[in-house]
Amino acid sequence: MARPAAASTLSFEETGYALFLGLLVVVCLLIAGKAWDWQMAFHAGIGVAFAALGIFLIVSAALKRTAFQPLEIDGRPNYNFGPVKFATIAAIFWGIAAFTVGLTIALQLAFPALNFDLPWTNFGRLRPLHTSAAIFAFGGNVLLATSFYVVQRTCQARMPGIVTPWFIVLGYNAFIVIAGTGYLFGVTQGKEYAEPEWYADLWLTIVWVVYLLAFLATIWRRKEPHIYVANWFYLAFILTIAVLHLGNNESVPISVFSSKSVQVFSGVQDAMVQWWYGHNAVGFFLTAGFLAIMYYFVPKRAERPVYSYRLSIVHFWALIFLYIWAGPHHLHYTALPEWASTLGATFSIMLWMPSWGGMINGLMTLSGAWDKLRTDPVLRMLVVSVAFYGMSTFEGPLMSVKAVNSLSHYTDWTIGHVHSGVLGWVGFVSFGAIYCLVPWLWNRKSLYSLKLVSWHFWLATIGIVFYICAMWVSGIMEGLMWRAYDKLGFLEYSFIETVAAKHTLYIIRALGGGLFLAGTLIMAYNVYMTIRYGEREDTVPASAGTLAAAE
Amino acid sequence: METYQSVSEFAQTWGLIYFVFLFLAVLAYVLWPRNGRRFDDAAQIPLRED
Repeated sequence: MARPAAASTLSFEETGYALFLGLLVVVCLLIAGKAWDWQMAFHAGIGVAFAALGIFLIVSAALKRTAFQPLEIDGRPNYNFGPVKFATIAAIFWGIAAFTVGLTIALQLAFPALNFDLPWTNFGRLRPLHTSAAIFAFGGNVLLATSFYVVQRTCQARMPGIVTPWFIVLGYNAFIVIAGTGYLFGVTQGKEYAEPEWYADLWLTIVWVVYLLAFLATIWRRKEPHIYVANWFYLAFILTIAVLHLGNNESVPISVFSSKSVQVFSGVQDAMVQWWYGHNAVGFFLTAGFLAIMYYFVPKRAERPVYSYRLSIVHFWALIFLYIWAGPHHLHYTALPEWASTLGATFSIMLWMPSWGGMINGLMTLSGAWDKLRTDPVLRMLVVSVAFYGMSTFEGPLMSVKAVNSLSHYTDWTIGHVHSGVLGWVGFVSFGAIYCLVPWLWNRKSLYSLKLVSWHFWLATIGIVFYICAMWVSGIMEGLMWRAYDKLGFLEYSFIETVAAKHTLYIIRALGGGLFLAGTLIMAYNVYMTIRYGEREDTVPASAGTLAAAE
Repeated sequence: METYQSVSEFAQTWGLIYFVFLFLAVLAYVLWPRNGRRFDDAAQIPLRED
């Protein structure tokens, strides 16, 4: 608005990013040329492609624009929703990919012939592809989309930067592409949920620091004096993931031209750091971040404020201070000092309190509006996700008790527990948020079809029930078979007998996963139809006018 | 070994006191009567945005 004539010259920020990406092109070309292994050459090639695309996007956007985006239009914040839209679509895409790979490996466990005797389609490579795609690609894009949306709306401020929000979203997805292709080609540092090698880790560090700064800068610009509780949860998620990522990926590459690196920690220290990371990836990525979604989208959809704001503050501080100590419960009966493993179990049990406090807070937000569950399947999805949150945060502390853990550890019970958390809690709260976001972002009056949301809800719910029941039975069965002795003190069963006994349950699990995937495909269709053919909402976005009046 | 012993003893005693104190501080902040109006107002933030 200030100087329309100069609108197509690059701003300081754009020049900075273009120069940085230009430098990256040169470095990646050099590495690609001198790479020790073809995987490194391939990934450096991806780096060149993404960096060059970035420069092209920066320059072409600058040439096309007639004026810079103002911070406000007619006294109302001019929100930046472009990157939010991209991350929402990316989340749906990666979700389908993640669940498809999950279904594939579930079928591989039931029918090993499906490994096809090829290295790239082997269970060992597809499994980290599945977990990373589900947690970091699907979950990560949901968190990027919702955090950018929520922080702007609750602060009533536009995000800073022209390139920065896009750099975060596209840079994060570039990391996903490098990590995912790496697993298929056998590039891994072998740490669960932290498999990407050193160069992918470095790139994620850069993107994540920019993410943190952009989020903080938006809060800095806020018009509301108070920072809404959802933003506290997002901030805890972003900050802690940065610390965890740096702590658990301390490794030295054997050469800058090699995809292989050597870890700094070894033995029990490495195991402790790994599970400090691993459990807090659950606690801060899959819990704190998605609790932020709960604290924004449940009140918004139910059209009433959170049940107790006081409880939400206790929930926040208790959760973040307790979660960080719970990691050692992954290492019961190992070389870890016993007091440390007891400490992990104790803190896990204490976590019952904030977790259930948060669940009650989310559920009770609906008090006086329970009838909406009958008419609004999106709200039903959000509420069932909170119920699953309560269920899996009850099961988790139970499994961290040493006596229970001696039965459950290394069995399918753990797999079932994780999936009741990620399918039921993380999955449903994400679907609920996506169903809310799509009409808001694309200015649509409503979703294309609420009936299809109902179908998604029931298919996915039945799928989860199949999944977790099969894993409970299979896990407890194999745990009992492993510890069964005969009269002479020999083990009653060989390992392969426990595997054979699980065959039917593995088929039921795959059926559950298939239903869950079918529900997601219905969501993708519904979202596509909403964006493509939905009736436009030309006035102010949905809730704003009516709710401001009710205030 | 001595370093390990002293660090673990410190964690097992002062750590407990530190957490209890922090928890009490959060409770005091949350339940302080004068903060109540601010919290009620903050709870409305998602509903009144434009």
